[in-house]
Parts: sequence; C-alpha cells; structure tokens
Amino acid sequence: MREVFADALLIAAKDLRIEARSRVLVNQVAPFALLVLVLFGFALDADQRTLRTFAPGLFWVAVLLASLLAVQRSTSLEHADGAHTGLRLSGMAPSSVFLGKAAAVFVQLAVLEVLLVVGIVVLYGSTIEDPLLLVVSGLVAGVAVAATGTLYGALASGLGVRETLLPILLLPVLAPVLIGATRAFDDALGAAAVDGWAWLGLLVVFGLVATVLGALAHGALIED
Amino acid sequence: MTGRRDTTGSAGSRLLGVSALVGVAVLLLFAFVLTDPDVRVHPTTGEEFGQFDAVRLLYLHVPMAVLTYAAYILCAAASVGYLVRRTPWWDVTAYAAAEVGTVFCGLVLVTGSIWGRPVWNTWWEWGDVRLMTTLVLFLLFLGYLALRRTTVDPRHQARRAAVVALVAVLDIPLVNRSVEWWENRTLHQQSTLAELKIQDLTLFTLMLGFVVFGLVAAWLLLHRFRVGWLEQAAAEHGVAMAIAERHAELDMPDVDAAVGDAGDGP
Repeated sequence: MREVFADALLIAAKDLRIEARSRVLVNQVAPFALLVLVLFGFALDADQRTLRTFAPGLFWVAVLLASLLAVQRSTSLEHADGAHTGLRLSGMAPSSVFLGKAAAVFVQLAVLEVLLVVGIVVLYGSTIEDPLLLVVSGLVAGVAVAATGTLYGALASGLGVRETLLPILLLPVLAPVLIGATRAFDDALGAAAVDGWAWLGLLVVFGLVATVLGALAHGALIED
Repeated sequence: MTGRRDTTGSAGSRLLGVSALVGVAVLLLFAFVLTDPDVRVHPTTGEEFGQFDAVRLLYLHVPMAVLTYAAYILCAAASVGYLVRRTPWWDVTAYAAAEVGTVFCGLVLVTGSIWGRPVWNTWWEWGDVRLMTTLVLFLLFLGYLALRRTTVDPRHQARRAAVVALVAVLDIPLVNRSVEWWENRTLHQQSTLAELKIQDLTLFTLMLGFVVFGLVAAWLLLHRFRVGWLEQAAAEHGVAMAIAERHAELDMPDVDAAVGDAGDGP
C-alpha cells in the first residue's frame, strides 16, 4: 500500500515537473478560464448584481470547462512518444498511475480555482463570507473533478475522436459536483441562503467514489 | 451461427414481434378510446378539474419509464458480466440494452414534456427530481453510445464501454440526491397509481401498457442483440478472410519468387 502511494507521488511529480517546464496551464488553461469569466460578464450584460448572484455557478462552469483542457493535457502527455508504454513497462500498479495523474490534475485545478476566486472577487464583486467552507468545498470538489476527469481521460485516450468525446462523457457525470459545489459556494460567498456544509457531504461521497472507482478501473482500461 | 440467414428474425421472434404489434394496437384502443378522461369534481365548489385527456399519455409514459430503467440496469449488469467473464455475449447484450434503453428514455422525456404542458403548464420543470435525473441519464448514455461508435479494437471498446456504463449507473443515485436537495420539491405525483382515481379499466390499461411495452422492448432487444452478434462475427470473419488472402498471395508463383529473392538477399 505504501508503495502505491510512493509510486503515485513519483507520477504526480513527473506530471507537475512537465507542467513547470512547459507552462501549458499557466499560458493556456488559466487564461482560458479567466476568459470564460469575462464572457459570462458580456453574456449577462455586465450587471454586477446579477453576476454576484450567479458567481458560484459561473465559477464552477469555468472550472469544469478548464478541467476538460487540463485532463486532455494530462492524457496527451502519455501519448506523445509512446510514453504510456514506458509507464506500463515501469511495473507500477495501474492504481498508482491513476492516483498520481489525478493528484497532478488536482494540484493544477487548485491553482486554477485560486485564480478564479480572485477573478470573481475582482470582476463580479463577490465577497467571501465563509473562507473555511470556500477552501474545503473547493478542494473536495477539485478532488472529485480531478479523479473523474482522469478516469474519463484514460477512457477516451487513444481514440481519434478523444477531444470531442471527452466533454460528452465527462460533463454529465459531473452534474452532481456542479450542483453541490455551486450550492456550497452559494453559502460561502453569501449568494444564497443555503446550508453549504450539508452539500459538502455530497461532494465528499462523490470524490471518494470517483477516486476508488478510478483506481480500480484504471487497470482494466490500460491493460492490453 | 448455424447456417446462413438473410434476416435476424426467427420463428420465435416473429411471433414476439406480431404479438407486440397487436398489443400496441389494443393498447392504443384502450388508452385513447375505451378509457375515460381524468375528470374530477371538486366536492365543495363543484368545479371540474383533473388531467382530462392528457392522462391518456401516462399509459405510454409510465411503462416506458419503467422499461428505460430496466434496460439500463440490464446494461450495467451485462457490463459487470463482461468485466468478469470477458466474453462477447455480455458485451453485445450490454450494447443492445443501452441502445434500446436510450430510445425509450428519449421517448419518456418527449411524452413527459408533452404531458407536462397541459397538466403542469410547462414543457420543462427544472426543480423536478425525476425529470432532471432522467435527462442526465439520457445524456450519460448518449455519451456511452458515442463511445460505442468510435473505431477501436473491439476488446478495448468493450472494456471502456463497460466502465462508462457502470459509472453512469453509480452516478444516478448521486444525481437524484443532488437534485432532490437542490430545490427540495417535485411536481411528480408520489405515485401515479395512487393519485389517479383508479377505476378497473384505468388500472387494466396501465398494466396492459407494461406488458405491451415489455414485449416491444424484448423484441427490439432480441433483434439488436442479433445484429450486434452478426457485426461481431462479420468483423472476425473479415480478419480471417484477410489472413487467408495473404496466405493465398504467398502461394502465387511470382510472389514466391519475390519472397525467395528477398530471402536470399544480403
């Protein structure tokens, strides 16, 4: 078991090192997520009161759209130069590979979320009323999105149509995360009177199921 | 497969198909002609209320909804079967069930929407748990079918599809929970059977609906399974043919010479 986590750390460190050198997240995904926030502003007539009310939902839609790019980047890393063959030959357990890749996506999503929170505070005028709930629900939902995304990234990998297939596979599955995380943020940002902590429970369940299922299923997906 | 056939039908499935067809005709007769519209009279004001003729759609809508869920459960069960046994039978069954389920799911959404317009006064109700759950289920399985239409090694595709089906079925309770907490309300009757003023004929027609759509689903499933099975056989046959052709080429004299030359090379 300890070996599984040690190997997962190696994989995560590898993916993050590649990101640190290639800067795809910083140069492309993060600007894209901010762009989505700006587009919502245009679409909703730049009315700050409307934007503030819907900021939690818009925030999470931006995260989901950006997560598609992050997941696609994460899977394409293994496809360049047949890297996945090397990974399979390394003898690491498939669950380690899954956990490592999901962890790397999670770290990138967490950075993205920080940027987007700054974005909604500055652009939409949101105020943070419950910082603890904001951080915890943001992290838990991040785990749920990263684990599900990595599982589906592996599912769609190697297909000629993976760029178009991934969104239609991934986004419906993440519907409960979108609803739960939006409600939790509604509470944390004071946008609506709901009990955000209760919604956190749903996010925790989703995150756990996605992580366990992904770790178990990854072997079946990458074996030959 | 034993012997060559130009059709996926057999004596049994033809009988099934004919009974499904007759059943649909009888069901429509009962649903649209013989049963009464749902008209109730308010005890104090004497006003007429109820679903009127819209109630007739429920004889189609409710059985189709139940069969949608049955087909998706069959798909998930067959996917587990595939992951355990790894035989094409389970894979083809899962695919057939998913496709039939999605057809029914689409019809459930359409008939529900048409029914909702006069009764709830809206085509679509965002806060309704069953509506949203069914829609997400429909979208999840559209993704499943999209994955099924990709060209990839059949064994890879079967494994991926099995995982997608399992995730979809696991996701549904979570979608259901989240929508329920989301608005905490539903327009759906707790039970359609309890809500309607059940007369013998109403109940009979609804039960007939279950039987008839059960037959239709079984017929569709059977044929879809046979088509899937033939596709699988055709793909294998294609590979076998290609190998045989390559072997035949090797037996041809000029090819023999070419291969011989190459063999004597440096």
